[in-house]
Amino acid sequence: MTQLFHKSFNTLSKASIVLGGLVAGLTVTTVLFANRTPYISLVDVSREQPVPFSHKHHVGGLGIDCRYCHTSVETSAQASLPSTKTCMTCHSSIWTNAAMLEPVRQSYMNDRSLEWLKVHDLPDFAYFNHSIHIKKGVGCQTCHGQVDQMPLMMRKNTLNMEWCLSCHREPEKFLRPREEVFNMNWKPSHEKPQAQLGAELVESYQVQKLTNCATCHR
Amino acid sequence: MSANIPPSVIRRDPVIGPGHTAGSVIDKISSIVLSRDIQRGWFLLLALSGMGVMLLGVSVGWLLTRGVGVWGINEPVAWGFDIINFVWWIGIGHAGTLISAILLLLHQEWRTSINRFSEAMTLFAVMCAGMFPLLHLGRPWLAFWLFPLPNTMSMWPQFRSPLMWDVFAVSTYGTVSALFWYVGLIPDFATLRDKAQNKIGRVIFGMAAMGWRGATQHWARYEVAYLLLAGLATPLVVSVHTVVSFDFAVSVIPGWHTTVMPPYFVAGAVYSGFAMVLTLMLPVRAAYRLQDLITMRHIDNMGKIMLVTGMIVVYGYAMELFFGWYAGSTAEGFMVHNRLFGSAAGAYKGLLFCNLLTPQLLWFKKVRRSLWLLFVISIIVNIGMWLERYVIVVTCLERDYLPSSWGDFHPTIWDWSLFIGTISFFLFMMLLFIRFIPMIPIFEMRSLLPKSQAGAKAAAADQSTDASKH
Repeated sequence: MTQLFHKSFNTLSKASIVLGGLVAGLTVTTVLFANRTPYISLVDVSREQPVPFSHKHHVGGLGIDCRYCHTSVETSAQASLPSTKTCMTCHSSIWTNAAMLEPVRQSYMNDRSLEWLKVHDLPDFAYFNHSIHIKKGVGCQTCHGQVDQMPLMMRKNTLNMEWCLSCHREPEKFLRPREEVFNMNWKPSHEKPQAQLGAELVESYQVQKLTNCATCHR
Repeated sequence: MSANIPPSVIRRDPVIGPGHTAGSVIDKISSIVLSRDIQRGWFLLLALSGMGVMLLGVSVGWLLTRGVGVWGINEPVAWGFDIINFVWWIGIGHAGTLISAILLLLHQEWRTSINRFSEAMTLFAVMCAGMFPLLHLGRPWLAFWLFPLPNTMSMWPQFRSPLMWDVFAVSTYGTVSALFWYVGLIPDFATLRDKAQNKIGRVIFGMAAMGWRGATQHWARYEVAYLLLAGLATPLVVSVHTVVSFDFAVSVIPGWHTTVMPPYFVAGAVYSGFAMVLTLMLPVRAAYRLQDLITMRHIDNMGKIMLVTGMIVVYGYAMELFFGWYAGSTAEGFMVHNRLFGSAAGAYKGLLFCNLLTPQLLWFKKVRRSLWLLFVISIIVNIGMWLERYVIVVTCLERDYLPSSWGDFHPTIWDWSLFIGTISFFLFMMLLFIRFIPMIPIFEMRSLLPKSQAGAKAAAADQSTDASKH
């Protein structure tokens, strides 16, 4: 009988075992890494908005407090976006002819909201409440990053569940005094490092490690 | 002469019919695979079951479009046909592993001609079984969450849940069964490669044979690998259905929370597995004229195994009733009452008919040797085992502790269509298997030949000496 396969098939068949394992392993690893890249998580990616609003200018430059616009952040689940009227408190008298602000004026005149693109958008199956986090001493900057240095809004954290859990499992590593919550530049002092301060705050604010599924997935 | 042969050899039917040589065994089995013409009956059945597979596609498609609400499941019966059919199919798979692993280790040589067939059955049954929990997820594309893979949620599956153990038990079972089946096939693929008439057949079987040349070294390694796999598969025969029974036993629902569950489930699995082997093998044996290779000895033995395991299952039923009384709890007692007289009482009576009364016929040798009766009994047992799972799942969930949370279960047309779809898929795969893969291990049959020839010669010699005495 003639030979059915070329002799190179000996090597090929053995190589295919190793290659098959490699390909399978690489595929899994690639998927795992891809899930953590900015391409998926949108960290450090600024996206186009109807008006290129600069937090750097308004917060860092002019020193406007977070709560001037995000009015309900201390009392409700939503921090809430300001109505166009809030923009117009200033922009009815300054930069009244700036082309960049045309959508704002249109919105005001036609009584139609500006449609911002939500940057920190949690999935609908996750319950989140801003007010309780602020009450327990989680700074704006802890989740949203140094907003006062962002010309355009972007994520500084992945919003992945592992990121939520990193704090829910060890809140003491991230807490700050309540009065420093809106401070963009707060850092723990040398006299009282985070380890000591965090433990004290957990005690005095009665912070629980809420890791039950139903805490967020209600 | 007769003193050398144990009397049992003579009295029993042979494992291989008389007059076979190594060559004739090869030809007989390989000709089914290598024949070029398509039998009309086979093709008709393939077309019919193919239609059923399309029904499966439609059922799954509709399920994915509309969600699991198309089924009859709702609180309190949140598990309906999906878990019933899952347990039923997994059980059917058990004959394969039992035959291939345990009977191999116990040197039961008669297993040889039925092991490949029932291993294939195991594989396809596990495929059918696996579909149900995956579809029950509602979003089957996220099924990989069942495995402990690193992920961006920093979450593990719930290792304390028996449902999680199920994932490991069933996937291990599927993997080991597939390996066992394939390793056993390699020498036969080589035979087919050598016997195939055209180039395509030679190349395909040649690839599948993985360079098998029948060298002594190959055989030595083959023996080691096969024995190791048998050792691995042996605990699986017991463990898989034990873990499946934990899905029920670990919960606190009256009627589920009993210690008898694991052995009762394992016996039921083997019982239904052998019933399915008989259901499929009897027609195949007749259609392909395999009476010489699958003899009355095999059929008789399978009947006996069904009888034994059936009696263990009946013991389980008796214990369920006993616990209902002995537990002294209102809920357990009511569970028994509800089972006997409640909404599913019809199913329970049917179950007693199928699994308690019918198998008693197997005590009689005449019944075990009547192909038609055995075929009918095997189908009744299959139905009975399905009813058993229906009764366990539905009666217990419909009526648990709180009357305020009672509710009824009504399967919808989509429950039935999916079930019929998986049965068709199973038959479809079996038909393909029969046609394209040797359904009886050729080389193992050949290895049995010297023994059976010695037996036949001895028997003949025995007769002739008897005759000369008179």
